[in-house]
Amino acid sequence: MELTPDSIVYARWGFFELNATIVFGWVVSAILVVGSWLITRNLSRGAEIPRWQNLLEVLVDQIRTQLAEITRGSGTRYLPFVGTLFLFIGMSNLLLIVPFYQAPTASLSTTTALALCVFVAVPFYGIVQRGLWGYLKSYAQPSIFMLPFNIIGDFSRTVALAVRLFGNIMSGTLIAAILLALAPLFFPVLMNALGLLTGMIQAYIFAVLAAVYIASATQAQPSAEGPQGTTHD
Amino acid sequence: MTEMSTIAMVSIITAGLTMAIGSVGPALGEARALAQALSAIAQQPDESNTITRTLFVGLAMVESTAIYCFVVAMILIFANPFWTAVAGG
Repeated sequence: MELTPDSIVYARWGFFELNATIVFGWVVSAILVVGSWLITRNLSRGAEIPRWQNLLEVLVDQIRTQLAEITRGSGTRYLPFVGTLFLFIGMSNLLLIVPFYQAPTASLSTTTALALCVFVAVPFYGIVQRGLWGYLKSYAQPSIFMLPFNIIGDFSRTVALAVRLFGNIMSGTLIAAILLALAPLFFPVLMNALGLLTGMIQAYIFAVLAAVYIASATQAQPSAEGPQGTTHD
Repeated sequence: MTEMSTIAMVSIITAGLTMAIGSVGPALGEARALAQALSAIAQQPDESNTITRTLFVGLAMVESTAIYCFVVAMILIFANPFWTAVAGG
């Protein structure tokens, strides 16, 4: 019984281990990169477009619409970052239906890396939008007494991002494995279906939370955590 | 009663209690949020997109506490540091 795919080691060079997390993370990235490259090689603008191009258009358009709603403006600036997060997590959770596949998101290493990306991106976008001093001032909102809590909140929400995704995906695979040992054939199928649903919801939530954090960091009027920001244009 | 069996017993009991107690609060809170969101959607169907998105974000926030409990329980059962220390692993 492995808790994470980190413990499945394929090869070893000195202190470096090639484990299942790294391998399948690269597999998911390769599928996304090569697939996008193949599809976008010959885009057409006619009345009839290829079905794969249609799929990508629907995806990109949906993500852009959601981002524009969350950030209350043009979501196009954050589309590459948030869209990549969503597609990577969603793809790695969707592939769980493939036999012998270990989701890289079931490992705390992968989820921590993704959460750290958000942790770095939020101040970056905030400083780009509002300047260094403007961004730092947002930590003293609504009063200077909230300064330590705002700083603690930054770290705790990053931890929550990482552990939430890891816990959900890991629990899904673990429950499926345990049920497979207890009652094969029927219940694991149901649990796998539930795991797929959970995985997609988690991908959505990760992307939305990243967008919400970016939106609250880039607003002229910073708000409390959550999508309920007050903008004074 | 060796050291090993004591650690195992305490770990298993604690893991069960962690899951049991730790899932009550989030379940109640999420159910309440869901009920509110449903009535809000019933009152304002036009705003269902925003309500659903906010509901999901809020549910994720609440869910994380239950997931912390789950992770602690899993660590206690499958990756117990005290167990490995005593077992000399």
